[in-house]
Amino acid sequence: MLSQLGDDAKLLAGGQSLIPLMKLRFANPTHLVDLNFIAGTSFIKEADGSLRFGPLTRHAEIENSAFAAKIPILHDCAAGIADVQVRNRGTIGGSLAEADPSGDWAVVLSTLSTQIRCWGKNGERTVDLQDFVKDAYTTDLAHDELVSEVVVKVPAKGSGGAYLAFKRAAPVYPTASAAVQLTMDGNICTDATIALGCVGLTAIRAKESEAALRGQPIGEKTLAAATDAARAAADPQSDMRGSAEYKRTLVSALVRRAIDIATRRARGERVEVSHIYA
Amino acid sequence: MPESIAKVAVQVTVNGKSHSLNLEPRMLLVEMLREELDLTGTHVGCDTTYCGACTVLLNGAAVKSCTMFAVQADGAEITTVEGLEKDGQLHPIQKAFGDAYGLQCGYCTPGLMLSTLQLLSKNQQPNEKDIRKAIAGNTCRCTGYQNILKAMRFAAENMKGA
Repeated sequence: MLSQLGDDAKLLAGGQSLIPLMKLRFANPTHLVDLNFIAGTSFIKEADGSLRFGPLTRHAEIENSAFAAKIPILHDCAAGIADVQVRNRGTIGGSLAEADPSGDWAVVLSTLSTQIRCWGKNGERTVDLQDFVKDAYTTDLAHDELVSEVVVKVPAKGSGGAYLAFKRAAPVYPTASAAVQLTMDGNICTDATIALGCVGLTAIRAKESEAALRGQPIGEKTLAAATDAARAAADPQSDMRGSAEYKRTLVSALVRRAIDIATRRARGERVEVSHIYA
Repeated sequence: MPESIAKVAVQVTVNGKSHSLNLEPRMLLVEMLREELDLTGTHVGCDTTYCGACTVLLNGAAVKSCTMFAVQADGAEITTVEGLEKDGQLHPIQKAFGDAYGLQCGYCTPGLMLSTLQLLSKNQQPNEKDIRKAIAGNTCRCTGYQNILKAMRFAAENMKGA
């Protein structure tokens, strides 16, 4: 259908970004293809050590799912996106396919092993998340392809994560956000993935920050190294949400807090997280 | 933009009443409610998915009706503020907003009452955090939040066992 309608056709998932963009005339599609009436596109299943999300699965469904409750970082993300009304409509597949630099899902899922299944007239293919998001608002999807499934590997035992976003109010995009997933063996961090949101054109993996933690005990010295590295990895722009310098400071503070929560969760502690409002 | 757009047949139930309409596909749900059905209790505040004045229930879930096309509601059940009152009796949520002075100018009130209805239909004993989270997407520009929160607590009490 998309190949018949031509380049100016767009897919409509939850519409919580696309419809506002159309009202602002930033998006001017000649045709919209509404995916919401297609049965079987909203689901969460666990199979072979992975969680599989249907593309039209709403944030609210993930927030309230027993599966996501087992991976706290997914719950942090789903429960913190915008507000109840937006979470009731917005979808995980739509969020990833839109690739907004301030979107939440790409940040969180890049700390886990995530694959995107893309479906088009030539069949289905699987792309790693880091290869799926190419740039701001740009993905690996061809014009006549869509996201058919999001596959997230369940983290190993002893692994814990946290996602924190700093927002001026619930319905707005965060000023900055940080996602941390750690595997702990006693006090030693054996593996770490850290991603930063809203401080670059796509989610940024803070690899130096991860390296500062890997194989080390979590303490003041490693935390300082990890947060300094996160500050350096961030590439923010000054805008109405704050200056670039402010966002660097903010993101490094978020990384520090997220490491603390992730460490506690890796040890089996239950820590409730809510996003931070100015 | 083409001069005339083919209309689409939409069947929708609003506040228990079924409607068959022919709508332009670009019409927003809130425009359908206000302009086609004359249900002007649902307000348009920001028109940018921020303020929540246009909140209605779509199959029981709170949504911002300015951020959805009317044709997407085909086959759905919608509840607006006009659907709260039954047989001349105010809904317990409406009564609570009155009793707690939970409104000043009243512009945000319909949206807030529907967000409250979604909360209480899923969680009969909300704590303070649940209440605050439920209306994070509703803006009151009179900033009358203290009495709104009080109204929501009253509503939870009123609806206990209901």
